[in-house]
Amino acid sequence: MMNQYPVWKYLLLVFVILFGSIFALPNLYGEDPSVLISKRSESIDIATKDRIVDLLKQSTVNYKSLEHNDGKILIRLSSEDAQLSVVDQIKALDMFKNNNNYTIALNLAPATPAWLQSISAAPMYLGLDLRGGVHFLMEVDMDSAIKRLEDILMSDMRSHLRDKKIRYLGVTLNSNVINIKFRDADNMEQGRIALKSEFKDLEYATDEENLLVTAKLTEVVIRNEKRSAIQQNVTTLRNRVNELGVAEPVIQQQGDSRIVVQLPGVQDTARAKEILGATATLEFRLTEGTLTEWHEAEKSGHVPLNAKLYHERNGDPVLLKRRVIVTGDQINDAASTIDQQSGTPAVSVRLDGKGAKKMGETTRENVGKPMAVVFIENKVETKTIDGKDIKVRTRTEEVINIATIRDSFSKNFQITGLGSTEARDLALLLRAGALRAPVEIVEERTVGPSLGKDNIEKGFTSVVIGFVLVLVFMVVYYRTFGIFANIALTANLVIIVAILSLLQATLTLPGIAGIVLTVGMAVDANVLIFERIREELRNGNSPQASIHSGYAKAFSTIADANVTTLIAAIVLFSFGTGPIKGFAITLSIGILTSMFTAIMGTRALVNLTYGGRNVSKLSI
Amino acid sequence: MQIFKTKLEFDFMGKRKAALGISLLLIAFSIASIAIRGLNFGIDFTGGYLIEVGYPEAIELTPVRSALEKAGFKDAQAQHFGTSKDILVRLAPRNDINQADLTTQVLNVLQSSTEQTVNMRRVEFVGPQVGEELREQGGMAMLIALLGILIYIGFRFQFKSSVGAILALIHDVIITIGVFSVIQMEFDLTVLAAILAVIGYSLNDTVVVLDRIRETFRAQRKGTPLSILNLSINGTLSRTLMTSLTTLLVLVALFFLGGEVIHGFAFALIVGVFVGTYSSIYVASTALLLMNVSKQDFLEMAKDDSPVDDMP
Repeated sequence: MMNQYPVWKYLLLVFVILFGSIFALPNLYGEDPSVLISKRSESIDIATKDRIVDLLKQSTVNYKSLEHNDGKILIRLSSEDAQLSVVDQIKALDMFKNNNNYTIALNLAPATPAWLQSISAAPMYLGLDLRGGVHFLMEVDMDSAIKRLEDILMSDMRSHLRDKKIRYLGVTLNSNVINIKFRDADNMEQGRIALKSEFKDLEYATDEENLLVTAKLTEVVIRNEKRSAIQQNVTTLRNRVNELGVAEPVIQQQGDSRIVVQLPGVQDTARAKEILGATATLEFRLTEGTLTEWHEAEKSGHVPLNAKLYHERNGDPVLLKRRVIVTGDQINDAASTIDQQSGTPAVSVRLDGKGAKKMGETTRENVGKPMAVVFIENKVETKTIDGKDIKVRTRTEEVINIATIRDSFSKNFQITGLGSTEARDLALLLRAGALRAPVEIVEERTVGPSLGKDNIEKGFTSVVIGFVLVLVFMVVYYRTFGIFANIALTANLVIIVAILSLLQATLTLPGIAGIVLTVGMAVDANVLIFERIREELRNGNSPQASIHSGYAKAFSTIADANVTTLIAAIVLFSFGTGPIKGFAITLSIGILTSMFTAIMGTRALVNLTYGGRNVSKLSI
Repeated sequence: MQIFKTKLEFDFMGKRKAALGISLLLIAFSIASIAIRGLNFGIDFTGGYLIEVGYPEAIELTPVRSALEKAGFKDAQAQHFGTSKDILVRLAPRNDINQADLTTQVLNVLQSSTEQTVNMRRVEFVGPQVGEELREQGGMAMLIALLGILIYIGFRFQFKSSVGAILALIHDVIITIGVFSVIQMEFDLTVLAAILAVIGYSLNDTVVVLDRIRETFRAQRKGTPLSILNLSINGTLSRTLMTSLTTLLVLVALFFLGGEVIHGFAFALIVGVFVGTYSSIYVASTALLLMNVSKQDFLEMAKDDSPVDDMP
């Protein structure tokens, strides 16, 4: 008998389509306006959750549900007004006031039913062009990072030579090479040995004739410096983004010197830029008074004259002396390490000459007393006052660490008593305060919420209209076989959506275009097959034989044609950025799935309808 | 329904000289236009600012333009975008104002020039360096795609067919880009993506024809190369037209309903589909004839039956 499929092929098809339908389903449920509360590097505990539940119960706002998952709290609400009101109410709670540890963000949470969630089915992730938001590409100024390192080295070299009483004429920088000029050959030889033993990470050379020692940063040092400059910037950006209250921010390194920042849903781009573009610095200060005095000062508002009231990250008050010991620009380096003596995580800090001197004097007199590190961010914000835009400088100060001075120290010291993540964060913040490399926005793509909505609607309409046109056309032209092709095409669309959802790929407008294009091209396989069948019929073959050879002959052509398109799509994917990638992904998935549905899917339908019996005429 | 009820016998190849003339003319014209007029590159490739705003009511361009000029944005180009309620402002990159401030300033100027509430719809900024990189990457992507396809075709088909396919491809790409140059439509990243999709599509079409040519050469004992090519093109004609038609249906839907942002993309593909359909009929097969294609070119390689008796 001709044109019959084994049972397993039917089962496979049914299984794939069922599977596809289930995983495509979450896209039909839409999204709930919601509020997402998360805590920096920690989980939110039950007590906090109960407190919020109480608040919601007392308030007049209707909330759909409250979920406490992965240490985060998600409150689903029925309207966007309720969303804003809930945020205000939560922010007014004592525990969230003055507390930078929590991020309270507006969010759109997928309203996927529980049974779908339990099999981890989730809707596609919408790109910024569809949901609105900001995309920044920032470039870290590596040249100035390297320049800073060289400046530090030069000043350290000068003081080292002075300490060793070696006479030199000058230390200058000439296109990334440090030149140290000496008075005579004797001093030069001594200097070379002294520098080599102290500054080991450099490449040295001597120029006997000109009494010159040259030193150059090695590739390894430069690479490490660049890596840490970018890491430091990623961390500071991450901290600042928390402040914006964005639910699903993306902050990622791209290439050697760039950082991508994506903030879905952010509408006030001016404010976002101001916050991201803030500059940070650090101050080391001694504390004033005792813990009880700090709390009293917070309550009464009476602060001793020589002190100032600060807060820690968690909102606890601290009194610090007004006199600043060392500022951020005097920090040469900070790194998280392991304390040699106790074996616990620590942060090692290295100061420059001036800072070392002041730190030495202060610590000698204050052994056993606590010292605090204040992290300061300066921002320029534009505020509208009396209808005029006024630039306001704001300054946020936060105590990031308090440690007891165990011994007098100057140039190099360690901050101990930290957890390992705490040590890493502190080292990064210290370096951020030292501001070793400025960043600059080199690309921005912002989509307002109204355009995002338009894009979704238009994209969706064009898919539907294009799809329906093709369906009608196929039925008119190929009759019964056209219906088979249409069923396959629909299944193809469902499977594409399912795969995109499963991959959690980002759907963009060009991505939708890719789907539309796939719809147009997916019928190609069927057209090829059906035209072949018609040709075979015209040549006088029997219907069954025509079906058989139609599919057989068309197959290699279909494969060739699709592979070439796939090559173009893969190149697009590897070279394209953002939106172009989206197009390439949907196009590639569409090509692969269409091979399955258009060949195997339609064949199954044809076999079910015509296979295994006497057919005198085909409706094609 | 069928477009062609009977077996087709159009003498396509008989008119190949006229077709060759038209193709050469179009290519020459495209290259001349690209060389002289150049392409109207979008900010993706040139660097610069693009600010799209929406108004509740239709807005006149003149006050907007004069407000921008007064505020010192002399090179700003303002135009309606899609509807008379939307305005698109373009600015070249500049060094005197900080990037973050510039867009805010422009938005403020736009707001102050009207009573209506200005709604920010889109802001794009591409730094000059990024623009240059995107341009380089784009050119590179095109070359790699061509190369990858060349390798695949060379592997699947005979040498002469590969040359024909690549010629058809270059033909399509040059003419599509040429159209963008002639009408000075904006050429941005999405258009580049469309051109790469055109490469895929055009090849798809050509491969189907080449496949049939190979099959016919092997199946037919008699007949001149010219008649065999004609037979093959006729055999695939209704498929070529059908697929082009369905693809065009969705592209037209995308062009008219997909929104302004996707316009250039859809347009490039529409042009590409037209040119690609034409080239799959004429360019590859004419090239084959010019290279004196014969049955020998398509005979399957003799199997290597030599015994491996020299093995120990």
